[in-house]
Amino acid sequence: MDLYREIILDHYKHPRNFGHLDKPDVVMEEGNVTCGDRIVMEIKYKGTIEDIRFNGEGCAISQASASMLTEKVKGMNKKQMRKLSRIDIEEMLGTTLTPSRVKCATLPLEVLQKAMVSLNENYG
Amino acid sequence: MKDVRGDFPQLKRKINGKRLVYLDSSATSLKPRQVISKEVEYYEMYCANVFRGIYRTSEEASAEFEKARGKVAHFIGASDPAEVVFTRNTTESINLVAQAMKKTDEVVTSIMEHHSNFVPWQQLAELKVWKLGEDGRLDLRELDRLVTPKTKLLAITAVSNVLGTINPIRHICHIVKKINPHCLVLADAAQAVPHMKMNVRDWEADFVAFSSHKMLGPTGVGVLWGKREVLEQLSPYQYGGDMIKEVHIKKTVFADLPHKFEAGTPHIAGVIGLGAAIDYLQVLGMDAIRKHEIEITRYALKALTNLKGISIYGPSDAQDRGGVIAFTMKGTHAHDVAQLLDEDNVCIRAGHHCAMPLHEYLHIPATARASFYVYTTTEDVDALIVGLDKIRKIFA
Repeated sequence: MDLYREIILDHYKHPRNFGHLDKPDVVMEEGNVTCGDRIVMEIKYKGTIEDIRFNGEGCAISQASASMLTEKVKGMNKKQMRKLSRIDIEEMLGTTLTPSRVKCATLPLEVLQKAMVSLNENYG
Repeated sequence: MKDVRGDFPQLKRKINGKRLVYLDSSATSLKPRQVISKEVEYYEMYCANVFRGIYRTSEEASAEFEKARGKVAHFIGASDPAEVVFTRNTTESINLVAQAMKKTDEVVTSIMEHHSNFVPWQQLAELKVWKLGEDGRLDLRELDRLVTPKTKLLAITAVSNVLGTINPIRHICHIVKKINPHCLVLADAAQAVPHMKMNVRDWEADFVAFSSHKMLGPTGVGVLWGKREVLEQLSPYQYGGDMIKEVHIKKTVFADLPHKFEAGTPHIAGVIGLGAAIDYLQVLGMDAIRKHEIEITRYALKALTNLKGISIYGPSDAQDRGGVIAFTMKGTHAHDVAQLLDEDNVCIRAGHHCAMPLHEYLHIPATARASFYVYTTTEDVDALIVGLDKIRKIFA
């Protein structure tokens, strides 16, 4: 039951920062076809993350990971976010991931990092 | 049916002190020790290449290999063992036929196909798709619209690996041949041959494909049965050793059936092991196996229906389906269901089960799937139900 601890279920049932932003600077979406997971991140960025929302659907792990990640990255800059990896996600979830669930847990981070890359492209 | 669980070594395994509840036989079946020891016998007693050596052990290996081919032929009601081609798996059996298609050839397949009976046709021919009718079944009247004088082939599953739907292959062949006598029919029997009595001559399909590993046999062996005259028309799938009669600098004369399609050293131990699996199934009796699976499926359908928040896909009557049940749980993703069941060693499958077109068509991202076989008991189903009830409470 390690993976489905109270905190993860709580984030799944009551996701933080779920929904949409008015005029986000960047919107990024990514899916995991095998599972049918889909995560959309909407971000306001002025040197650091000012505000962030996510939406989409998927398993408890991907949704809880997205919810916790949005809380974690508020106030972070691009450089800090680029450094985030699977290890940080595992730390954040408080558990190690079985091979078949890595993709679910890291999908939100992938979306976030892609969003940052696209910000680079758009704003130099 | 008699209790066979003692024959399956893996069922003795305990993980974290708890027994294994294996409900993923549609993906692959467990293997009885009779099959395992037959493979070991080859490796320990007459390990040699087939059709080559002029010495005792090679001749023994060749004889055992061909004996297995004869067993397969007899098991599926083929009159001629030369019509039985050994491949790697169902997928390769289907690809062997699909390579003969041209981009402009019209092929009809159904929405409930496994990717292995969908993607090859989509890539190599012009695909038309037979959609779902009522109760997870195909409406046979649709064939009048789908099959035309131009249609080269109908590729259809005998039993859906998600819905469990049993398609009436004989009836389908009859209708297809009436519309277009030249239209070939390939039946994907991967979920049928292991579970029910079937006879390729009764079916009147031109090709039947299935895998050893889903019918208690080793992995790495598949079968393509084809009508002799149709197989003879097909060009070889791969070229090389074993599939030739004569090779000259300028030309090669190919071997006769079935060797024309069996280039290179085959999975000798696997094929011989498949022979042992067929012996094992025949001792149990295919009718008894089918009856057992109907009973288990009926029991499981009833128990699942009584659980709150569970939706079941496919025909409602156990008689009309194979021993496989795909379902979703309201508010909980199939992967979470599978992961939590795994904590009690209950092994089910979650995802799209290599049938993405079907899931897309049904507008569901994923299903959980429990599937049964000769060793499945009602206690296994009970363990699933207890697990699901626990999950429902966790996510409530």
